[in-house]
Amino acid sequence: MTVTETLAFSDEAMKKYEWLLSRYPTRKAALLPTLRIAESEFGELGVPQMKYVADLMEIPPATVFGVVTFYTHYRRAGVGKYHLQVCSTLSCALRGSGDVVSRVTERLGIGVGETSDCGLFTLSKVECLGSCDTAPVIQCNDDYHEGLSLEDVDALIEQLRQEAGKGGA
Amino acid sequence: MSFRKIFTPYIHEDKCHSLKFYRSNGGYEQARKALNDWQPDDLIETVKAANLRGRGGAGFPTGVKWGFVPKQSDKPKYLAVNADESEPGTFKDRLIMEKNPHLLLEGIIICCKAVGIHHAYIYIRGEFVFGANRLQNAIDRAYSEGILGENCLGSDFKLDVTVHRGAGAYICGEETGMLTSIEGDRGQPKLKPPFPAVEGLFGCPTVVNNVETLANLPYILEIGAEEYRKIGPENSPGPKLFCVSGHVEKPGVFELPMGVSLRTLIDEHAGGVWKGRKLKAVIPGGSSAHVLTADECDVAMDIESLAAAGTMLGSAGVIVMDETTCMVDALLNIMRFYHHESCGQCTPCREGTGWLEKIAHRIAVGGGRMEDLDLVTEVCDRMVGKTICALADAAAFPAESIVKKFREDFVAAIENGGSPAWVKRHPANTGGAAAHV
Ligand SMILES: Cc1cc2nc3c(=O)[nH]c(=O)nc-3n(C[C@H](O)[C@H](O)[C@H](O)COP(=O)(O)O)c2cc1C
Ligand code: SF4
Ligand code: FES
Repeated sequence: MTVTETLAFSDEAMKKYEWLLSRYPTRKAALLPTLRIAESEFGELGVPQMKYVADLMEIPPATVFGVVTFYTHYRRAGVGKYHLQVCSTLSCALRGSGDVVSRVTERLGIGVGETSDCGLFTLSKVECLGSCDTAPVIQCNDDYHEGLSLEDVDALIEQLRQEAGKGGA
Repeated sequence: MSFRKIFTPYIHEDKCHSLKFYRSNGGYEQARKALNDWQPDDLIETVKAANLRGRGGAGFPTGVKWGFVPKQSDKPKYLAVNADESEPGTFKDRLIMEKNPHLLLEGIIICCKAVGIHHAYIYIRGEFVFGANRLQNAIDRAYSEGILGENCLGSDFKLDVTVHRGAGAYICGEETGMLTSIEGDRGQPKLKPPFPAVEGLFGCPTVVNNVETLANLPYILEIGAEEYRKIGPENSPGPKLFCVSGHVEKPGVFELPMGVSLRTLIDEHAGGVWKGRKLKAVIPGGSSAHVLTADECDVAMDIESLAAAGTMLGSAGVIVMDETTCMVDALLNIMRFYHHESCGQCTPCREGTGWLEKIAHRIAVGGGRMEDLDLVTEVCDRMVGKTICALADAAAFPAESIVKKFREDFVAAIENGGSPAWVKRHPANTGGAAAHV
């Protein structure tokens, strides 16, 4: 049995998918939102997950792959449990986003684009998050952490570690 | 008539986003009238007469745009609400969606009635998870209360609204890129014409409007076109959300009449330049606009005045830079953004943004040459107006104006082995080799 065959949407996800199809005149238009379902069902969008969506929607896998890679916000395979996305665009840069990146790097021993050995954290630089008035900003998974001082960055990392039940990992 | 806030009067109230709160302040009354009492053509004429102009960046007259949609069409028509809000320095639509989602929905209903649209898609950037949930909850409520659905607000008008989340791509804010993205593709812009009004989403006539644009509609119906036109300058009237970020004491969104002075916006509303420092530069309309020097900030924040000043209102994202800012670093940051976000279809854009980033980078790290300054202008000349969408222009405008107006920063970086920040970090490096870093 291949990995793909072991992947399947839950009943609830399937219902959501059917609902999505009813909202668009074409099946393909449901691709982006269906990828969101896949992301939350499977935790990430690697090749097997993309293949599953392609089969489900009867869209060529290459098309699905092309779409997923065009966008930066899907949760790709290999990303840590907490994806720390530091906004590095102008308004954040003017208010110290560079220092925020350095602080995360220091505290976690990972560079931009890397994942910590414990698998908990991935650090990325991202573009304007539409929250420039509360710069500097980190988006961690779905949540915004705004107006961060360097102490706030430390506290956030600590809080996430505790949340993961791996204190000090 | 004194100025009345329409987007943000209640944002500090706990439940301001709820349907109950919205209704208790007269919410959905204008939509009800639009659905039950107004003729579609009269709605379009009123919005034209009000001279509402698009708040997404281009400032196109909204009523005129609606008028381009064929009246008789054997195809369905769509509304695509632009909630991509990814122009650097912009964070106003997010405020509307999170704090006042029903205002947007009411605007959507009015637009759809005017143009004869029965399905609206709200394209919200993928990062705005909270905003998307807020919107979805508001929509669910609106359906269950009969505001949306088969018989909107007791009329015989049917309207569906669907939230479509983006997934991280600036270019999906460009209208044709957005439509392509809703269709389930890579969000690459398409050549116009055909314009979306004639051939847009799923090949059907489509209105594309920004969130803030639509959120103006209930107020226009409430006070009438004539009164609306008296708010701010007649050629670009209305209440407006201004976003101020960067080096100010109180960054934030400020709701003011169009035409407020940029200086007043910065000094009074945003608390002035932070830390008692002096102003150096301002980008008034999101990072795609030409930069202004400190001396050029006595300008009115409206579409015509800023155009006359050689820049643009754009998304009204005001980015303030104090005297300590090195404009070489600022340019590098902005060019990295556009290079990263170029979808790569057009050679002048793909290559041009790459060149601009590379040139800014080498000047910043001490490998710049004086010829680079002219090269920036030359590259920009080859980008503007030569591509499928306006992203290439959006990169070229700040580039050419920053280099022109802050030439001394560039000369200093070329002569001193890099930008001050770079030199501080690499004291031993003075030019040449560093360029290859
Ligand atoms: C590169 C690029 C990015 C854009 N991003 C946005 C955006 O994030 N939000 C928006 O409303 N308009 C954006 N626009 C403008 C849209 O193409 C379009 O003009 C606008 O949504 C029309 O709505 P309006 O007339 O109500 O302003 C962008 C344009 C370009 C060229
Ligand atoms: S101008 Fe740039 S972003 Fe726009 S379509 Fe061409 S390559 Fe893509
Ligand atoms: S620049 Fe960081 S949120 Fe806009």
